[in-house]
Amino acid sequence: MSKPFATVLESGTSLTNKTGSWRTMRPEYTRRLPPCNVTCPAGENIQQWLTLAQEGRFYEAWQEMVKNNPFPATMGRVCYHTCEKTCNRGQLDGSVNINLIERSIGDMAIAKGWSFVPVQKHTGKKVLIIGAGPSGLSAAYFLRQMGHDITIYEDHKLLGGMARYGVPKYRLPRNILDAEIKRILDLGITVETNKKVEVLQNELGKFDAVYLATGACLASKTDVEISAGSNTMDAIDMFRKMEDIPDDCPELGEKVLVYGGGNTAIDAARTALRMGAKNVKIVYRRTFNKMPAHETEIQDALAEGIEVLCLRTIASIDGNKVIVSKMEFDEESNTLSKTGDTEMLIADSVIFAIGQSVEDTVVQGISGIVVSDKGVIDVDSQMMTGAKGVFAGGDVINGKRTVTHAIGYGKKAAKCINAFLFRQTYNCEPKHEVATFKKLNTEYYKNEVREEVSRLGDLSFEEKDVSYGSDKVIFEASRCFSCGNCFHCDNCYSYCPDNAIIKHEDGSLEINYDYCKGCGICATECPCGAIKMVADDK
Amino acid sequence: MSSLTMGGRFGKNTTVQSAYDRPNTLTSGHRACQGCGEALAARSAVDAAYRATHGNVAVVNATGCLEVFSCVFPENSWNIPWMHSLFGNAAAVASGVAAAYKVQRRENIRVIAQGGDGGTTDIGMGCLSGMFDRNDDVLYICYDNQAYMNTGVQRSSATPSLARTATTLPDGEYRGNEVHTGKNVPEIAMAHGIPYVATASIGDLHDLETKVAKAINIRGAKYIQIHCPCPLGWGFPTGETIRLAKLAIKSGLYPLFEAEHGELVGSTPIEEKIPVEDYLRVQKRFAHLFGKKANPDAIGVLQNLANKNIKKYRLGGMSDE
Amino acid sequence: MLYQLEGSQALARAIALCRPKVVCAYPITPQTHIVEGLGELVHSGQLQDCEYLNVESEMGAISVAIGSQAAGVRSYTATSSQGLLYMMEAVYNASGLELPIVMTLGNRAIGSPINIWNDHADAMSARDAGWLMMFAESNQEAVDLHIQAFKIAETVKCPIMICVDGFILTHAYEQVDIPEQGEVDEFLPEYSPHIFMDPKRPLAIGAMVSPTDFMEVRYLSHLRQKNALKVIDQVSLEFSAKFKRNSGGLIRQYNVENAETVIVAMGSVLGTIKDTVDELNMTKDGQFGVLSIISYRPFPKQEIRDILKGAKRVIVLEKAFALGRGGILAEEVEMALKGENVGVSSVIAGLGGKIITKEMLKECFLNPMENECFLGLNQEVVNREYRPLVNNDVQ
Repeated sequence: MSKPFATVLESGTSLTNKTGSWRTMRPEYTRRLPPCNVTCPAGENIQQWLTLAQEGRFYEAWQEMVKNNPFPATMGRVCYHTCEKTCNRGQLDGSVNINLIERSIGDMAIAKGWSFVPVQKHTGKKVLIIGAGPSGLSAAYFLRQMGHDITIYEDHKLLGGMARYGVPKYRLPRNILDAEIKRILDLGITVETNKKVEVLQNELGKFDAVYLATGACLASKTDVEISAGSNTMDAIDMFRKMEDIPDDCPELGEKVLVYGGGNTAIDAARTALRMGAKNVKIVYRRTFNKMPAHETEIQDALAEGIEVLCLRTIASIDGNKVIVSKMEFDEESNTLSKTGDTEMLIADSVIFAIGQSVEDTVVQGISGIVVSDKGVIDVDSQMMTGAKGVFAGGDVINGKRTVTHAIGYGKKAAKCINAFLFRQTYNCEPKHEVATFKKLNTEYYKNEVREEVSRLGDLSFEEKDVSYGSDKVIFEASRCFSCGNCFHCDNCYSYCPDNAIIKHEDGSLEINYDYCKGCGICATECPCGAIKMVADDK
Repeated sequence: MSSLTMGGRFGKNTTVQSAYDRPNTLTSGHRACQGCGEALAARSAVDAAYRATHGNVAVVNATGCLEVFSCVFPENSWNIPWMHSLFGNAAAVASGVAAAYKVQRRENIRVIAQGGDGGTTDIGMGCLSGMFDRNDDVLYICYDNQAYMNTGVQRSSATPSLARTATTLPDGEYRGNEVHTGKNVPEIAMAHGIPYVATASIGDLHDLETKVAKAINIRGAKYIQIHCPCPLGWGFPTGETIRLAKLAIKSGLYPLFEAEHGELVGSTPIEEKIPVEDYLRVQKRFAHLFGKKANPDAIGVLQNLANKNIKKYRLGGMSDE
Repeated sequence: MLYQLEGSQALARAIALCRPKVVCAYPITPQTHIVEGLGELVHSGQLQDCEYLNVESEMGAISVAIGSQAAGVRSYTATSSQGLLYMMEAVYNASGLELPIVMTLGNRAIGSPINIWNDHADAMSARDAGWLMMFAESNQEAVDLHIQAFKIAETVKCPIMICVDGFILTHAYEQVDIPEQGEVDEFLPEYSPHIFMDPKRPLAIGAMVSPTDFMEVRYLSHLRQKNALKVIDQVSLEFSAKFKRNSGGLIRQYNVENAETVIVAMGSVLGTIKDTVDELNMTKDGQFGVLSIISYRPFPKQEIRDILKGAKRVIVLEKAFALGRGGILAEEVEMALKGENVGVSSVIAGLGGKIITKEMLKECFLNPMENECFLGLNQEVVNREYRPLVNNDVQ
């Protein structure tokens, strides 16, 4: 067909005009680190497993969880979920209930009997782990997966460390903990319980590396004057007895004082209630908002009727008479001083929960290992102590003492130890830029207010069942913004005025720089901040 | 993930624009400015029509930005039968195309006439009104960027009150485009009693596509006016086009509604209302209303216009009625 | 078959025989009766498969025709005078788009002052619009030219304007031979567009063209117009063969051989001129001849030259002129005769329907002015009303 010259044109012939040459800025797909991931002490790729969960791919979500944490059901209960504090959705309509999703999927795994993929690799390297707490078990899990032979020595009767001996069972039912520990051991790990290592030196020659994860199991000393006959105890000792000799639980009486403001103090106070105490008070030296315990724990304690007496230190205990000094706290200088006033409280028993310290006898005599002024073991960036091949992590080193941190240390230690075994150094991959709230365009997230779930049950040692069913997991996981990582919403593709984004049949996206004029609409309208504009140096 | 995005993994409530195999009736290589709202609007609208007609759509385009950037020898960006005649006659040419298809018994081929606000509300008004009057089987789409952009940003009868254009430069007492001037062409279209009239915006592609898909298969005259922010003409960064469109909707200055046979039948409630100031402040064409010499009355005038829209078109949701 | 009909009615019937698919109607005197007639034929069912649109303006009329023609169907409209000017932008556009629209121009003066009577100012305003333009001498020729027009336009791929003098032809009752439908169908095949808006073969029609190629586009249109000379001639011959009647073609000569003076004109005035010449030749020994220009665009320059170069003198009589310069057709004829030793005089006549009588013409032909003459001009009024500028006005 002959057609008029110039005025009649065939379709789509403008494709010869490569408008990409106009560009001064170019969009690039990027991966930014979601704040949940940044703050997770165990380094969980939370967003990734939420993504799988929202598609109903729960097994894959669980597999994603256990890439970084072998204890999802445990963590879904005891983790203080800093992820939710930093979750960007918190600035819109409530953070994603990450912790409860983790618990729900963790419980699903136990119920369905999901197990870890058996280890195929075998390196022949032997690693000794001392202490079967969260950190030690975590290290064991990761090192075993790397193909090493693992032996764990544990001086307690049961495994789990502070997860068992520091967390009451109404918060962490033991069947859950046991199931998750067993799943780790099923990878083929040698365990010796009731084995206290007296002289570490003797063990060193038998192993290629040692990981010290002995924790901080000693109750801190106090200078409170305690008269004979007074019923006092350390929280940590009380918990241990309750686990190991449940028939020989200490008598607390009706009126109980707990001294301290941390999570252990809260746990002790709430445990006291469950042991029959009628009146439980927490005595804490600073102001209420300075209490180091996790906020939700404090709220739960208050809800159960526990009273918090702030700005008080215990001076002396004589029988049921407890003399407390009133304190003054200066916010500006962050200093605490006695006002000179005192008052007397009546208590049938006083539980001390003022901190725990490291038992360092195990490392005595090993050259190079340094115990710092704070009473913890010094490690370098590779988590190695001054003694070659001896690593340490968890509560035994300087750092935050939570189960989640312990798991994170265990993972990192495993990577460092693995590198050491191959005469290498572990180098952390460079982290992406953080996907802060400012980087998002929340226009596209429908308002779906977080449903608050109270975990508060009755005053028994039974845990309240609050786990989500599949539908709720999917709904709640779908609230994830996917901060910093493309979730294939197709905004960029749909909005590009120049059709310069290619969407493939499988949904993957690609920028076509032949036509991209660099307007930046894609970057502005990306809900999750997964596109950045950079100067074009072409 | 939420359905407010254009597409999504779960395929729920996704737009035509998000489909990997969308028609791309307007393809790459066109010469629209960076961040052009009209280019996006045109592709979205014609794609939606293309989908709704199984590819049986023909377009008549008035002179203007869209025409100039999409079809310059030897480069044509269209993948549908397309025709350009003149600035002011697109509606009439489309009437002719529709008449031809009717007489050929090929009415399955649906006809779109399209142009900018100048080609529609000013120079094209006569032909447009004639097309409405005869109830010709044409969907007329006006891409409203609120001034003559192709010729360098002069005032049209769609230019908002107090806006600066090259022919309404604020100077001394003169504050920009006179208040209470201009035409409400959707209302004019409604006054013709034609089967379908709607306003839309690139700030709400779901709504835009739905309206086009609905309109294109209605027999008779249809009119859709689409708000298309223009980075160059309005003075805002090229990446902010969609954001501007959304702000206009939220402020009430660009009401989204539908009318059938002259009666208002629906409107999109504003979910999160914002003061007009939030929309105006980010545009250089309103910069003279802010800063040291600012006249607070001016903002009030525009806020009143927005309030009127909210009331008139029931943008406050059910609670307002 | 012979009918006694008003010119417009005859045209409406002739156009209907050509089976247009879209007819656009907007009233303007003096073409109104044509579209009225077509409307009646469509609404009564005598003309089937035709969309008849009452449009809102001449701009609408030509634009609808542009659209329908571009969508692949034979389209027709009619206009006059101001109407042509009102649609002028689209008139140029239609030719640029190579759309073979047929339009009747019921010739009429252009205001201001407003005047509804006949002259050719409207046609002259469109002389550079790229359309083929043919002038009918009689109602019969008007009918015949329209039937030829569709064929010519569709062959050349160019719109065509058939100029019919307002009132003098459009409103005159004359005997005309209207062909039978079957004959017209045999003469004029169904329209088969080479380019149209088709989703099966999507094309863009009406692209912008930049300085690099614009002149080439225009020059190709120019060549197409030149080729149209052959087509017009050919179609006229075909028409004669089919309908046993000479109509159309490029030019028509009347007693030109041996004529010393040849009068050149277009349209209905040729009848009066021929009568005048006949009378003059009865006494003046056949020294006057007449050349009718039927095809004004394309302008048959060579054909005109070949005929006129043997004359001693040429008088061009026309119903329009370029203010500030003079006769338009006269200058074009003069250009055609460039290099030949033939004197060309210009007569401007009949503006705004001013009467043209044989007496006036005789007087004019016998006493030709050196340059130009305004036939029947009331010099008394001019002398009375003329206000020359005084020196002060110029400053």
